[in-house]
Amino acid sequence: MTISIDSQKTNNESLQPKGWLRYFSFSLDHKVIGIQYLVCGFLFYLIGGTLASAIRIELASPMSDFMPRDVYNQVLTLHGTIMIFLWIVPVVNGAFGNYLIPFYVGARDMAFPRLNAVAFWLIPPSGLMLVASYFVDGAAQAGWTAYPPLSITTPQSGQIIWILSVLLLGGSSIFGGINFIATIIKLRRPGLKLMQLPMYCWAMLGTSILVVLSTPVLAGTLILLSFDIIANTGFFNPVLGGNVVVYQHLFWFYSHPAVYIMVLPAFGLVSEILPIHARKPLFGYTTMVFSIMGIVVLGLVVWAHHMFTSGTPPWMRLFFTIATAFIAVPTGIKFFNWVATLWGGKISINSAMLFSCGFIINFVFGGITGVALAQVPFDIHVHDTYFVVAHFHYIVYGGTVFIIFSSIYHWFPKVTGKMLNEKLGILHFIITFIGFNLCFAPQHWLGLNGMPRRVAEYDPQFQFVNQISSLGALLMALSTIPFLINVFLSVRNGKDAGDNPWNALTPEWLTSSPPPVENWEGEAPLVEEPYGYGKEISKQK
Amino acid sequence: MLNKNVYLILIISLVFAISFWIGFNVNLLPAEASINAPIYDELFKILFIIGLIIFIGMTIAVIYSLFKYRKRNDQIGDGIALEGNLSLEIVWTIIPSIIVLLIGLYSYNIYDRMGGMKELNHNHEMMSSNTEKIWAGISQTSDNEIAINNLSIEVSAMQFAFLFNYPKGNFISGELHVPVDQKVSMKMESKDVIHAFWVPEFRIKQDIIPGQPTILNFTPTKVGKYPIICAELCGPYHGGMRASIIVEEESDYNEWFNKNKKPEVNL
Repeated sequence: MTISIDSQKTNNESLQPKGWLRYFSFSLDHKVIGIQYLVCGFLFYLIGGTLASAIRIELASPMSDFMPRDVYNQVLTLHGTIMIFLWIVPVVNGAFGNYLIPFYVGARDMAFPRLNAVAFWLIPPSGLMLVASYFVDGAAQAGWTAYPPLSITTPQSGQIIWILSVLLLGGSSIFGGINFIATIIKLRRPGLKLMQLPMYCWAMLGTSILVVLSTPVLAGTLILLSFDIIANTGFFNPVLGGNVVVYQHLFWFYSHPAVYIMVLPAFGLVSEILPIHARKPLFGYTTMVFSIMGIVVLGLVVWAHHMFTSGTPPWMRLFFTIATAFIAVPTGIKFFNWVATLWGGKISINSAMLFSCGFIINFVFGGITGVALAQVPFDIHVHDTYFVVAHFHYIVYGGTVFIIFSSIYHWFPKVTGKMLNEKLGILHFIITFIGFNLCFAPQHWLGLNGMPRRVAEYDPQFQFVNQISSLGALLMALSTIPFLINVFLSVRNGKDAGDNPWNALTPEWLTSSPPPVENWEGEAPLVEEPYGYGKEISKQK
Repeated sequence: MLNKNVYLILIISLVFAISFWIGFNVNLLPAEASINAPIYDELFKILFIIGLIIFIGMTIAVIYSLFKYRKRNDQIGDGIALEGNLSLEIVWTIIPSIIVLLIGLYSYNIYDRMGGMKELNHNHEMMSSNTEKIWAGISQTSDNEIAINNLSIEVSAMQFAFLFNYPKGNFISGELHVPVDQKVSMKMESKDVIHAFWVPEFRIKQDIIPGQPTILNFTPTKVGKYPIICAELCGPYHGGMRASIIVEEESDYNEWFNKNKKPEVNL
């Protein structure tokens, strides 16, 4: 297998630019593509974050006074779409997956390097198209859920561009998923067993199964929706006899698994980071694997909990309540195992560790409100309110985005050969953690007391709490400043990291930093115990 | 060893005590103004206490291990090579499963007490033709309660207003007036996009869907004026899509009803 990749590579290599310019080329190197995903995702994170700031400025006062109402709806639609499809999904899957998976399985590249590059290069144009749709006739304004009939009756050009863009991003995601499954299953170094793989491989295997099974359903649904918009068909248009609830079923059949597509890779990444900085083996490897697969299976059969107040019959409400609540069990196992990994370790308190622990605390909170939301009678009051907004930001920001930052602090020395500044990193963590909790914790109260989501105006009694929330958002925005300064300073003048600054045992650290083009100068090492801390193999180092 | 266990038990009881104290003393919910509300708040209190115990417990565990097992400056080498513990894994699989199952059964019981598991369309059988599909909402009826003075209202939602049709009085109102302590049954339909009918003080919400009528039943218990909020994104003025529900004594309600009542028009 490696031979064919080698020949594919050598044809291309002479044409490839060297140095930083290669990040702007159609490179086939999985490491370059991974960094392309990360930087591209981060640029869209800045755009999505700017939109979030605009939302919080609007909501600092009860009246709709900062921007026109229809622009507000465009902003919240773009914020959701960008953060999900252009930041979190591409970064936790595409960026870290591409960078790490070939190392972890002992391969020199992904199984399909060209497909890999195509998957990445679909992202910038579709993202730019999405943002540019604002200047055509206004961007989509039906929310990232695009429920018909609203999505059929709002201005068409924005909605159609939104659909096209999400279709391309979904295609990119499917290409990536196929590539990860093939790489993990077929490209493993001889002698490396599945149950010896680092946990992130299992997380990516589970995630990719979800991507491949559920994303085509979203694609089909959006194609039908686009027919309704441009060709006046009646799949979801009630005026023509269509059924709007069917759209919701199809949409959430993808979009609930999408939550796991966003958090499972983060579960994998944190399972790599904690053992290294706690100097202890990952606690309960086998149960971690089974809990990932449990989440994959359960994650496919819980979608209707997003529809408890739509037209769903009582039996369906009950089934989805129980199924959803049971996801807490495999998820809980993972969290207990992480805490047990910390227990008895020799923990380095650094930025990567702090962001990971922040993730545990935030995600436990979001998971608890999630179990509550799974209960039909509970959900009926708070559905479509700020309680839900707070809940899912605890999952995707407090959970996944914290892990993205943790991972950047952890793997930056591998990618660049330079260390990030720890003082700035800890400052970044403190501002992010305080800002995040200040922004989203009060929103639970807002939702319980009567503030629906996606509104530009609200009752004056909610003003004070909304201003606290906006203050938190301001801190979150400011927290990117020390981070960016840190990255730019460290790339140029950072302390030399050496090949393995954390004394880690996982395979990506057993080569030089930054790694050579085909990952290892010689043969890929056989790592049978990626978490062997405290054992002989660790002491030899 | 004994000392360690004593501390553990002390900390666990402290976590429980704090969680119960907060659960019983911190009220995060608005006023209770329907039969549903106290039932909902009971569920909320239980979930709040369980959630607090887990959250505080986990947070203490994380912060304690960060502090206790932090690497001191003079330390080198690794922690203990502990790769897992089967009995612990079994414990933290089974206990959460039981908790989740109990919560599920309990919330089923709550939902049943709210009337969610009952047939809905008693009152509207006359209005709805056989082919029409009625979707579920909260029901809240006991069978002997379906009396003659049951109040039936037809709700239409449109961008960006609610209209309330009182078929018995043959008039349409922009405000929803209902008598206190009587069951109200609403048949709701949207004229354009999806809306939702939400009264936070009643703890009820139901989407209003174009092409598919929904039913929502409730019994207000407290005189007062409460907001009706559209909870489903329905367009630019979604945030302004509000109406009021006025719960009044029966005599006041009848006065209002008779003032607005129009004679039947026979064509």
